[in-house]
Amino acid sequence: MTATSTRAPAGTAGGVGTSATRPDGTLKVTGDFAFSSDLWMDGMVWGSTLRSPYPCARIVSIDIGPALALPGVHAVLLADDVPGVNAVGLEHQDQPVLAADVVRYQGEPVALVAAEHPETARRAAAKIVVVYDELEAVTDARTALEPGAPLVRPGGNLVRHLKLRKGDQDARAPVVATVDFEVGMQDQAFLGPESGLAVPAEDGGVDLYVATQWLHVDQQQVVRALGLPPEKVRLTLAGVGGAFGGREDLSMHVHACLLALHTNKPVKMVYSREESFFGHVHRHPASMRYSYGAERDGTLVFAHAELVFDGGAYASSTSAVVGNGGTMGVGPYRVPNVRVDSYGVYTNNPPCGAMRGFGCVQAAFAHEAVMDALADRLGMDRVALRQLNGMREGDENITGQVIDSPAPVAELLQRVLDMPLPAPAENDLRSMPGGVANTTHGEGVVRGVGYSVTYKNVGFSEGFDDYSTARVRLEVTAGEPVATVHTAAAEVGQGLVTVEQQICRTELGVDTVVVHPKDTGVGSGGSTSASRQTYVTGGAVQAACRAVRARVLELASAATGHPAGSLVLRDGAVALGSGEVVAALTDLLTDAVTETVEWRHRPTDAIDPETGQGNAHVQYAFSAHRAVVDVDVEMGLVKVVALDTAQDVGKAMNPDAVLGQVHGGSAQGLGLALMEEVLVTDGKIRNPSFTDYLIPTILDVPPMIVELLENPDPHAPYGLRGVGEPPTVSSGPAVAAAIRQACGVDLRRVPIRPEHITGTS
Amino acid sequence: MRVTATVNGEPREADDVWEGESLLYVLRERMGLPGSKNACEQGECGSCTVYLDEVPVCACLVAAGQVQGRDVVTVEGLTDGEALHPVQQAFVDAGAVQCGFCTPGLVVAAHDLLARDPQPTDPEVREALAGNLCRCTGYEKILDAVRLAGDRMRATPTPRVDQGPHARGRAWSP
Repeated sequence: MTATSTRAPAGTAGGVGTSATRPDGTLKVTGDFAFSSDLWMDGMVWGSTLRSPYPCARIVSIDIGPALALPGVHAVLLADDVPGVNAVGLEHQDQPVLAADVVRYQGEPVALVAAEHPETARRAAAKIVVVYDELEAVTDARTALEPGAPLVRPGGNLVRHLKLRKGDQDARAPVVATVDFEVGMQDQAFLGPESGLAVPAEDGGVDLYVATQWLHVDQQQVVRALGLPPEKVRLTLAGVGGAFGGREDLSMHVHACLLALHTNKPVKMVYSREESFFGHVHRHPASMRYSYGAERDGTLVFAHAELVFDGGAYASSTSAVVGNGGTMGVGPYRVPNVRVDSYGVYTNNPPCGAMRGFGCVQAAFAHEAVMDALADRLGMDRVALRQLNGMREGDENITGQVIDSPAPVAELLQRVLDMPLPAPAENDLRSMPGGVANTTHGEGVVRGVGYSVTYKNVGFSEGFDDYSTARVRLEVTAGEPVATVHTAAAEVGQGLVTVEQQICRTELGVDTVVVHPKDTGVGSGGSTSASRQTYVTGGAVQAACRAVRARVLELASAATGHPAGSLVLRDGAVALGSGEVVAALTDLLTDAVTETVEWRHRPTDAIDPETGQGNAHVQYAFSAHRAVVDVDVEMGLVKVVALDTAQDVGKAMNPDAVLGQVHGGSAQGLGLALMEEVLVTDGKIRNPSFTDYLIPTILDVPPMIVELLENPDPHAPYGLRGVGEPPTVSSGPAVAAAIRQACGVDLRRVPIRPEHITGTS
Repeated sequence: MRVTATVNGEPREADDVWEGESLLYVLRERMGLPGSKNACEQGECGSCTVYLDEVPVCACLVAAGQVQGRDVVTVEGLTDGEALHPVQQAFVDAGAVQCGFCTPGLVVAAHDLLARDPQPTDPEVREALAGNLCRCTGYEKILDAVRLAGDRMRATPTPRVDQGPHARGRAWSP
């Protein structure tokens, strides 16, 4: 026991609510952080993938002889070499590891090569002779649903139809606005390409080091394809260079393992940027028709929406995207009478799946466009119409779920409305649309302002068993109390590792927290998606810490005679509530105290298949944006001048990291509104490169004012709300609205191109 | 072929280099310097930015053979591994690092900017970093980091290293 001392109770340094710095920050600025493409091992060989050049074809024959004849080639593998089930997939196992008899999209993997040099592997892949019989491709989602359309899948072209019916289906309103809206195919464009290293193990299994979003769901799929027991396929998270949904599906995982097991050598695979465009799913393009009706005072009477999501050749997470688009699709408004039909469709276009915002992004462009159109018809202010109808705590949403935590829609709009507007453009080319390309000195430039308010569900929905596992150990190491936190929850850049440390510091009162490498050696952490990790894995870490703390306080109680209930952990010691220290952890902890907890949020329910009614979601996160743009209406060029936002985050667990999510998420919404589209013609991608697929640069993204509201959600750990996705949902519609306001053109498609603005398309 | 160059102040040699390899490949796969990143390998993203004879270049666009006898400094060469360069420290402190894949290229690009202009305006920073894509941060905190690094470097100027700017084992400062 140490001498009794008192210390002023203070917020834990580096704990919850502080902007603690990242544990991997130093490694990342020095170049020492090991990303999945940086891995290297003695004796390793390189894998390469041969992909289909056609969106739809029958494979007639494959000759691998010329590839095998190339010096330096170690293996060439085809579908027959898949030892387990040749099918993977997130929700439906419908996607071959390697195509066997048909290919259903351009870029579908057909063969694998392992060779000593990556260029040798690529050249060998190019020497494989595949004879295809090209078939008619289905490349339009609405056409795919028509009777008699060629079938992409034997069971039909419909992945899911979500039918939502609430209130009076024949309700009429004196003022009605109808909008058709299209959203193009966006790419996650994470900078770190798909990559990893598979190492054959002595037990006949394989160790895979890979960049992903959910190690355990990957493991399930890899195990099935390899025909191995789970304990022989061990996954460890390698450094992840961004994800944004694009790493939910498998890419090179099974391929590298197959090659490693076949060659008995470590196999490294790294996609080029071009291959990356074929190697992961994209955001679903959507074709939508919206019709909203209101009383003359603006009160919403009905909302009708039809959304068609093009899922491409394989299901991926299309069903869940359709679910979000349907259940969240009319926006954060009170509407008594609702009809929504949300469809996900198979086509021979590139497969689509998860991307930040997940079904809500597409819908938001349409529901915010129809709200603007309705305001104009009513002669009402666009923000006032939204505030009048904005969801509040206690309201019922369109699935009949009561919103039982703060829903400050009107306040968020007021916040962005009250933010200072940027000054008029300076007479500086760099602040003009077109920039130093010298397309205007201000002539033809019109300023516009647009608003949006949206919401996003947090966590997995519709009855999914959404849990995370955390193992926390507290021990004395080198004379210091040290906590170690072990979860399998993927750090993809968002800062989960920092938040895990912060929670341990706050709950256990220790400074030093080690984040164990993320691997399948602990239970599932669930997916790093749906803005859920701080909530769900954060909740698991908090619960594991509290279980450890309870045991430590029992030990302290036995040692000191104070009841455990009167003790707290603080500054590496056990103290009374008054702050008086009664025991140092360095004295108390002779053995490590370890607890593992599987933690679940409140359950959600499957929705009714006929009405779409039910408590589908666990939490809603609200955000509003205001965009200010300067549009050169003669050239059709746009400069976004400001992109300001207010978001209710419940509790800012790490304010700097939250701001980083809001900034980055807003920029991705801006990108979709203005420039980002995977162009697909006849099922083929026309722009698989960063030369032709544009993401915003530092010149395209304006300064942002961000206001964070912290209305705690009483059902969530620390009152927090998921923060990653909401800004991507609300920013794009505000940009589109601002451009419409500036140029007076009824723009009904994103990304908005110059010819849409000038009317010359 | 064999390629010899000075890399981060040390003479380095790579054997059996295929003529089609880039400087980026040689650094990453033959010299054990994977800090320079491979996000696009077509000169669009800036994640592989290194100094070649003191000029920042995309290492992916430099053929390995072009480096023969020349001087290369990568992100790994900006610090001796103990104290971070002020630009690196500012990226950490300002929260400018998320996934970190763009970070090495941005650190080198910002290092070059502040060497040329210790007090750039925001439009100048934007112009200088326009060749470096970042997908995570929306660039706001990257701007913060460059401002912070500039402030700190002006407050505490570091003397130029006498024996040339690239001596590994010490910070290279303008």
